[in-house]
Amino acid sequence: MGSAGTRCDTPDTLPTTTDDRARRPHEVGLSPPIGRQQASYRRSTTPLSVEPVINDLLSPWRTNRLPRAIGLLATDLVLPWIPFALTIALVATSLGLAVTYPLATPFIGLLFVVAAAFGKLERSRVHAHTGADIGDPGHPRTTGSWWHRIRTLLASKSRWKEVAYFLTTPIWATALGVFTFCLWGASIFLVTLPVVAGRFPSGSAELGLFNVGPGLSAFAAGALGLVCLVVVAPWCTLGFAAARREVAAALLGPGQDEALRRRVRSLETSRSAAVDAAEKERRRIERDLHDGAQQRLVALAMDLGRAKERFETDPDGARQIIESAHDEAKAALSELRDLVRGIHPAILADRGLDAALSAVVARCPVPISLHVAVADRPPAAVESAAYFVVTEALMNAVRHADAGRVRIDIARHGDRLVLEVHDDGRGGADPSRGTGLRGLEERVAALGGWMQVLSPAGGPTSVLVELPCGS
Amino acid sequence: MRIVIAEDAILLRAGLVRLLTEAGEDVVAAVGDATSLVAAVEQHRPDLAIVDVRMPPDLTDDGLRAAISIRGLWPDVGILVFSQYVEERYAAELLAGSVDGIGYLLKDRVADVSQFVAAARRVADGGTALDPEVVSQLMARTAKQDPIERLSPREREVLSLMAEGFSNQAIADQLVISTGAVEKHIANIFMKLDLPPTEHGNRRVLAVLHWMNQ
Repeated sequence: MGSAGTRCDTPDTLPTTTDDRARRPHEVGLSPPIGRQQASYRRSTTPLSVEPVINDLLSPWRTNRLPRAIGLLATDLVLPWIPFALTIALVATSLGLAVTYPLATPFIGLLFVVAAAFGKLERSRVHAHTGADIGDPGHPRTTGSWWHRIRTLLASKSRWKEVAYFLTTPIWATALGVFTFCLWGASIFLVTLPVVAGRFPSGSAELGLFNVGPGLSAFAAGALGLVCLVVVAPWCTLGFAAARREVAAALLGPGQDEALRRRVRSLETSRSAAVDAAEKERRRIERDLHDGAQQRLVALAMDLGRAKERFETDPDGARQIIESAHDEAKAALSELRDLVRGIHPAILADRGLDAALSAVVARCPVPISLHVAVADRPPAAVESAAYFVVTEALMNAVRHADAGRVRIDIARHGDRLVLEVHDDGRGGADPSRGTGLRGLEERVAALGGWMQVLSPAGGPTSVLVELPCGS
Repeated sequence: MRIVIAEDAILLRAGLVRLLTEAGEDVVAAVGDATSLVAAVEQHRPDLAIVDVRMPPDLTDDGLRAAISIRGLWPDVGILVFSQYVEERYAAELLAGSVDGIGYLLKDRVADVSQFVAAARRVADGGTALDPEVVSQLMARTAKQDPIERLSPREREVLSLMAEGFSNQAIADQLVISTGAVEKHIANIFMKLDLPPTEHGNRRVLAVLHWMNQ
């Protein structure tokens, strides 16, 4: 049993509870060094208020956004012309053959295929340069006769938006690119003026209305160039890249309507799953109480009633009945305890996953190795979902899969809690059939998480779950 | 012995007072939350404090925290933590210092009156009383499964009872064997677990618990 992950809180290393509680918020407050730097930086600049402004003006230089934007605008000078040429050729051919409709069909089909393929490339290119993740617009996938398919494609807005994108982008993107690189070039030229102005054949540089000779005017031009180079050009570049990204998102991505529709669909599903899960849980609790503790209490009351009747006439018999009533009461207590723990184990709220699962593991008849690496406790709903995923998976492993060993790994990676329950049992678990796993899936989905069950017949079984811990 | 009881469920608190009074003990105070528990212990300096884990004001583990601070302030007050559930983690925190005069029992155990009173007296006298469920959790959770598996079933039984805090005589009575046999089993257990065989009484319990928790 390699259980190093949970063994750290043994008496030797955990001095007192109060210490533990006091320490947690303290650590949280100190942990992000960036926050601290920002705080001290703000303190030092309060008297001098221009420094933050300068800092903001220079901010493009501090990230890798600038080189990526330059890369985008530079590649834009060439790359978009390829799909442009293909698209325009296909559009022209299709239009030319439109009179003889059947002949145009293959070209229109080809047009959409080309647009779709380049759309994919373009989305990933924009993503690489700007970080904007543009989703697939979700083209209509249809079956049926070729006529029906063509009609659906022709009516599909997203397809035509792609075509429009490839027909227009190269023109204005190239213009933006040329303008940007001229701006950079001119800025660099101006910066070098104080040095080179005197070396021109005429002795001065003629810039439109201005005639810049060596000396003060050259330095003024140099200063202007420096401002352009350091502030104007980077901001222009970033602005153009952003405009570029927005156009790509608008024409290549799913429209806002579609995105919202998808979100609503997924929320509807998860909400109804959450309601179902809660309802099922209430039924289970009702059933457990009814079949368990309630029956035992009835039996107990009955036994005590019988004992009372016999007390005068048959004290020995009454004693025996009281003894059995005593046992009945203890069994009811134990059943209630298990039931209440099943609803929500108190230790989960008090001490978190590690402590709560340690207790579960201790009660389990199968050897289990448990590793929990969760420094910052996730929200209560996430902890509780994780707890129930593990207990349910364990129950499956022990009851149905005949597992000989189980491994549980739980780790927090940033804003996600990842957990895996692995057993060496006979496998064949299927969430679409087993109600337990199905319920877990719903519970995980309700939290915006993700769950996968890998369980080939013959084993082994892995239940993988990822839960978002964001606030 | 003089007892302070801290339990927020009124029925159970009244029941405990009656049960212990009938058993001839002296309940000097019965309170319903962690703050008044510490105050009552400071005022009465009892032989034993019976403490529920979940109590006001926070309704989480207030009782446990109060118990740990009482242990720090007045080490000679025996503490019997009395809870709806027993958790290995709570036991580990409670037993972190010493096991002298510490008990941790499920509330259900009150149903067996004589055993419960005996456990309370044992704790008040500086002994140990751990719930069998705590011990089985500790045994299951120990990283050293191999030595545990080397023990015979009888030796495992003896180890559990030892960890629960019973004396050799009490172990012998429960298993219906002679004290000599118990001593032989204990010697075997200590040998198989690589523990120094000279420990006695509470130090022996402590050795076993620390061994389990390493």
